[in-house]
Amino acid sequence: MPLEDYEIIIGLEVHAELKTESKVFCGCSTKFGAQPNSQVCPVCLGLPGTLPVLNKRALELTILAGLALNCKIAEHTGFDRKQYFYPDLPKGYQISQFDRPICYDGFIEILADDRDGNEVKRVGINRVHLEEESGKSVHSGTGILDSSYSLLDYNRSGIPLIEIVSEPDLRSPQEARRFLEELKRLLEYTGVSDCKMEEGSLRCDANVSLRKRGETRFGVKCEIKNMNSFRAVEAAILHEAERQAELLDAGEQVEPQTRGWDELTGTTVFMRSKESSSDYRYLPDPDLVDLVIDAGMVEALRENLPEMPGQKRRRYVEELKIPEYDAELISGSRNLAEYFESVVAVYNGPAKIVSNWVMGEFLRLINQEKVEIEDAKISPEEFAAVLRLVDNGTISGSVAKGVFEEVFRTGEDPESIVKRQGLAQISDADELSAVVDGIIEANPKAVEDVKSGNHKAIGFLVGQVMKETKGQANPKVVNQLLRDRLGL
Amino acid sequence: MELISKPVHELIDLLETRAISSEELVGQYLDRIEQVEPTIKAFITVDREGALEAARAVDESRRDGKAPSRLAGIPVAVKDNICTKGMATTCASEILKDFVSPYDAYVIERLRSAGMIIVGKTNMDEFAMGSSTENSAFFPTRNPWDLDRVPGGSSGGSAAAVASGEVPVALGSDTGGSVRTPASYCGVVGLKPTYGLVSRYGLVPYASSLDQVGILAGNVRDCAIMLGAIAGHDPRDSTSVKTERVDYEARLYNDIAGRVVGIPRECFGGPIDPHVTESVYAATKTLERLGARVQEVSIPTLQYALAVYYVIGPAEASASLARYDGVAFGYRYKQAEDSVSMFMETRGRGLGPEVKRRILIGTYVLSEGNYDRYFRKAMQVRTLIKKEFEQALEHCDVLVTPTTPTVAFRLGEKTDDPMSMYMSDMCTVVANLAGVPAVSVPCAKHEGCPIGLQLIGRSLDEALLLNIAYAYEQASGFEIEKASVV
Amino acid sequence: MALTADDVNQIARLARLSLSENEAESFAGSLNGILDYVQKIDEVDTGGVEPTSRVARLSNVVREDRVEPSLSTEEALSNAPDKSGEYFRVPRVLEINE
Ligand SMILES: [Mg+2]
Ligand SMILES: [Zn+2]
Repeated sequence: MPLEDYEIIIGLEVHAELKTESKVFCGCSTKFGAQPNSQVCPVCLGLPGTLPVLNKRALELTILAGLALNCKIAEHTGFDRKQYFYPDLPKGYQISQFDRPICYDGFIEILADDRDGNEVKRVGINRVHLEEESGKSVHSGTGILDSSYSLLDYNRSGIPLIEIVSEPDLRSPQEARRFLEELKRLLEYTGVSDCKMEEGSLRCDANVSLRKRGETRFGVKCEIKNMNSFRAVEAAILHEAERQAELLDAGEQVEPQTRGWDELTGTTVFMRSKESSSDYRYLPDPDLVDLVIDAGMVEALRENLPEMPGQKRRRYVEELKIPEYDAELISGSRNLAEYFESVVAVYNGPAKIVSNWVMGEFLRLINQEKVEIEDAKISPEEFAAVLRLVDNGTISGSVAKGVFEEVFRTGEDPESIVKRQGLAQISDADELSAVVDGIIEANPKAVEDVKSGNHKAIGFLVGQVMKETKGQANPKVVNQLLRDRLGL
Repeated sequence: MELISKPVHELIDLLETRAISSEELVGQYLDRIEQVEPTIKAFITVDREGALEAARAVDESRRDGKAPSRLAGIPVAVKDNICTKGMATTCASEILKDFVSPYDAYVIERLRSAGMIIVGKTNMDEFAMGSSTENSAFFPTRNPWDLDRVPGGSSGGSAAAVASGEVPVALGSDTGGSVRTPASYCGVVGLKPTYGLVSRYGLVPYASSLDQVGILAGNVRDCAIMLGAIAGHDPRDSTSVKTERVDYEARLYNDIAGRVVGIPRECFGGPIDPHVTESVYAATKTLERLGARVQEVSIPTLQYALAVYYVIGPAEASASLARYDGVAFGYRYKQAEDSVSMFMETRGRGLGPEVKRRILIGTYVLSEGNYDRYFRKAMQVRTLIKKEFEQALEHCDVLVTPTTPTVAFRLGEKTDDPMSMYMSDMCTVVANLAGVPAVSVPCAKHEGCPIGLQLIGRSLDEALLLNIAYAYEQASGFEIEKASVV
Repeated sequence: MALTADDVNQIARLARLSLSENEAESFAGSLNGILDYVQKIDEVDTGGVEPTSRVARLSNVVREDRVEPSLSTEEALSNAPDKSGEYFRVPRVLEINE
């Protein structure tokens, strides 16, 4: 039976690192890439007698995440100890949240897998809770199992994380990927997380099961770990679905397992059986006090919430009248959207012109030069100034591209570039006459064509004049001059 | 001048008038320690050189008129589960035998900044689990009143050290009676403050929702002075309460006429020795003579306190003690081939039987299928106990009970029967469950051994509690002299 | 339903405690005694009663998001039973982390 005959049921568990300066329960720095065990203190080393004190910003960011994911925010909540033994877990328990997550019952919207790919689908968010990160193990061998010893760095121990658990609402590897992309966008937008998968600040596990189409009962699920990119998530889920389909086709049962994605072989491999899964012996952490989150606190944070990508996209289309495609792309990145909006704000022309330039030259140069939007040398004012130079006829569109690139690289004022390089458009008919005459003389064939009624050939002659003047000639004036000379 | 039997408030006067130096004072105590330690064994670590050096520094600052506080130069002993930078903190466990904390506990910072002289770390039941100090991984401590008897526990070292004149005052910790029980057995004053009044930062936890740093002193006034030195808000302990500084010593001299003293009827009978009951009733007569109104009260859920304690305490302990795994500090079983066997063997070999027993109970009551039945249920009963207690304390200024059911028992007498050992805490655990302050003061002797009277007060009203205890102490005429060892 | 030595070993495994055969037997005895005793809390009617996990009536105790000094790596490693360079070292890990 082909995979299409099964419905793939996917739920995701995402851990995202919160963007705080200090750790969640102590004052150690969260900076990435420090020397091993240089950002640790008695608290995050779990030394006897130490006590946790909650980082206020971590709590706020968790609530912000919940708001961005349309969650309800718990009024009474607190922290629990989740107990298990592992060398990188210094206290023998992780401070986490068990039955009272700070945020619950939310959703995010993604494009569904329908035939024309335009239907919006709501994916439920079961919960978002706050917890602490563990340390990092470095294994001596090539993999965990052939190492004779492991080394431990606790710099990450105690970094604040949110765990986001989706409902099992996703139905294809592509949907899972879209969900993650949207989630990442939302978390970045709200400033909750940097979502850098390569630094481990965003991690994802997937629960995958199959059922025959038409069935309503869920099948046995497996959990997949170790996926290091969105592409890997998509590939791993697809592979896992195929593996389970093969088992089911062969009349075998899917065993509940935790499996790891192996990038090299492109397969999921057995890690452990769910039967032997841990008994975490949760208990309320007596070292921390209750959290009472009142409406005032939530509203204050809600007011700080930026306009979300969906809202922006709609506003761009409806108010700024830019194409749907441009709106989708620009609103997708908070930095890009903010840049775009600043240009629109200082430029007095149609937003459509700004979006054309943003989508064209600006992104081309951003990608080509590999610079971050926030580091771009061209300020929104300079961006708008280039457009205005075109609008008032000072430079032609083709010259403008060169000027734009120059400003992009140097940050020099566009008008001074135009002046310094003498790029201003030539609109003076007297000045252009000689060039036009020369071109007529040099292109008898084209002149013949025009005269014999092929008016298209006039475009060629205009082009020649433009070329001769290095794009500085005002094409409208050139056109009129040619028509006059050729008696049209 | 013979200084050993003098109360702290007199020593303060002698130091302030420079009749004695701290070096002299600390020297006498160190000599006393040297003399009685072979018999009493109250200390795990004695820092003779460090103490003398610190004493000389205090003398110098006092000569310059810059003594950091009234308590500057007074020696103090600290239970070995309170972290001290540069001095081992073992919790009387093999697993922390060589552990030296890189930081000072909050209370240690307070003692040091007050200029008190930390002479050493005292013996205890391993990780504060026990009522006799026999559970120390190193050696048992003896009761200075009768060397065949236990000093009580788990702060047995601190109580015995004060009782035998090795220090004038000491810090302990109290999770279910661990300051008050040894105070009662050793004939000293033992205070467990309100939960949250003294920061737990640096107190190695047994059970965080019950633990509190406490004081062992020769008399109520010394206890009040010490409380003033260690109480206060600490931002590093989330459960630390913000309160006004109180001069507890100054508040000792108020009349207690008209104060209402409640006697919970559930705290008498059963396993309580009739001699103990008799002594406590005699003490209430004394309070009456001082003008207090004594009345019987009923706290029906009190009979469940010990059961609740033996679910909640071990459950929290099973998590709090999970960090002793041989990875980043403490003992490690070095022959283990992999991490899991390292965990198993390190913990199996490094922890003593009583600690293991409580970890096992705690693990069991939290494990799948048992949480609601044991742990959640115990937390619910705790709610009821706390409520009944608060109600009783609405119309009573203080509740009075025996501290312990009997006088100190003999070494080895209960080691094979954990349940009978646990019964020693039956009157004390309730103050920990409810978070209220309680103090034990000596009230009688039986068979040559001291009997303690427990007074339980309202949350954060240590001033009133100590005032009533002080009035009783002054009026009872029952002065327990320092135990005469050797 | 009394706990057997096998049950005790299972609990001990969860708590990562190695026990000798004698210990498992003897703990089974004392654990049963203690559990029998604590069972008396069943007598209390706790219908609708909220559990108390902390006695201090405090909530929302937080600190500002400010970086405070850490320990030096040397201090951090000072109690390590085994180390290698700037790292703590442990024998090989056969299990996968959560
Ligand atoms: Mg998690
Ligand atoms: Zn830290």
